[in-house]
Amino acid sequence: MSELTSNHLLGIKYITTEDLNLIFETADNFKEVINRPIKKVPSLRDISIANIFFENSTRTKLSFELAEKRLSADVINFSAASSSVKKGESLVDTVNNILSMKVDMIVMRHPNPGACVHLSNHVDASIVNAGDGTHEHPTQALLDIYSLREKYGDLTGKNVLIVGDIKHSRVALSNIFGLQKLGANVGVCGPLTLIPKPIEELGVKVFSDLDQALAWCDIANMLRIQRERMDKSYFPSTREYVKHFGLNQKRLDQLEKKVTIMHPGPINRGVEISSDVADGNQSIILNQVENGVAVRMSVLYLLASKIEHYEEN
Amino acid sequence: MKEKKLLGSEEMQLILQRLASQLIESHQQFENAVLIGLQPRGIYLANRLLQILKSDYHLNEIKMGKLDITFYRDDFRRSDKILQANQTDIKFVVEDKNVILIDDVLYTGRSIRAALTGIQSFGRPKNVELLTLIDRRFSRHLPIQPDYKGKQVDVINNQRVQVKWKEHHGKDAVYLSQSE
Repeated sequence: MSELTSNHLLGIKYITTEDLNLIFETADNFKEVINRPIKKVPSLRDISIANIFFENSTRTKLSFELAEKRLSADVINFSAASSSVKKGESLVDTVNNILSMKVDMIVMRHPNPGACVHLSNHVDASIVNAGDGTHEHPTQALLDIYSLREKYGDLTGKNVLIVGDIKHSRVALSNIFGLQKLGANVGVCGPLTLIPKPIEELGVKVFSDLDQALAWCDIANMLRIQRERMDKSYFPSTREYVKHFGLNQKRLDQLEKKVTIMHPGPINRGVEISSDVADGNQSIILNQVENGVAVRMSVLYLLASKIEHYEEN
Repeated sequence: MKEKKLLGSEEMQLILQRLASQLIESHQQFENAVLIGLQPRGIYLANRLLQILKSDYHLNEIKMGKLDITFYRDDFRRSDKILQANQTDIKFVVEDKNVILIDDVLYTGRSIRAALTGIQSFGRPKNVELLTLIDRRFSRHLPIQPDYKGKQVDVINNQRVQVKWKEHHGKDAVYLSQSE
């Protein structure tokens, strides 16, 4: 097994366990590359990649761009705020126009769930999903799981808890699919208004009490409350949310074990996680960010290796 | 599959001793020289030479690294073979060092071309030399020649040279094989 089964990365749901392992093994090589004095390899020097972001992003966009540049790809960036999308152009038209400029791969973030799948059915390029609405954020899950794999090796039987706004989180869904493929158990915890009912059908354990959930888990992945996606009030007040679902050192100290703390960012300090926990020695938040570049290099490299090389006629 | 033995274990041992002596002749105490084995098969040769230099000549401070050239290859997306990488492990910079690249068989020279690019990620070497156990003559695609060679062989293109190592294959030997 040394080739991805898909020509795109649309979501963790659509890839196999072997794909996951291949991505992680290749990411090991790229992690070594980005720790060299010169952090660049020439593999993708004849590949052009367009990063098209219809939604704001800091970390993901920078991480993708750095990954692309360290693979020597040519990179163009596009954000919806300054585009013809505002003038009424459709997504497929926008992307086809970009592809006419001989672009090979598209990294896209879009507010609508399923936008990347739709695009992959209509355009001739390799698509990487950088987050589609509340659906999936596959590279975030890959870097989360890669960071855990780095710390624990095998994840079989590990209990991973995802805390917070599960309803609006694409990170949660991608993590659930990925962790389950690798044999981990997944639980979620948050206000019941922010936990979609059908999630139990995915085999996910649901907790409404954070302390009980923490007692169950080996790893806790803390999510931000996504106010920008909320059309109504899902809990009475931030203060009440913090009281019930905010992670602080006191809660961790009550446990007899050391729970590993993750956060996909951006962090709202003092809300879902306190500063002492975010910066404490149980946190692997900054490792996640470093690994993000290596994992994205791996995904882009493996997908690019499937793009046919130009030949005359 | 026809197989012909090119080198046996005793001949290989003699050649390795000679190559080690030649390295000492050029680099004396290796104060400024480093060995870089090319993944995957150059590592066996590099380890063996390192072992001789340490045990027979007490050169215990020699630095050795492993370089994988997968990401520097010129046949990415051009070969049916999928290019999966091996580990690179170089824990020093090669700035102003004499670098000795080590590989088992020199054939087209393309791997060495990739290694010359790859090694630059670890600094600008003072100079780079190439050591190979087997030099396949008349098959080069690039103007690359070894500085130290174990044995030169004339091999036609559909033949393969296979180097076997005691620690991996059970015995030291070099075979020439040809598919019928």
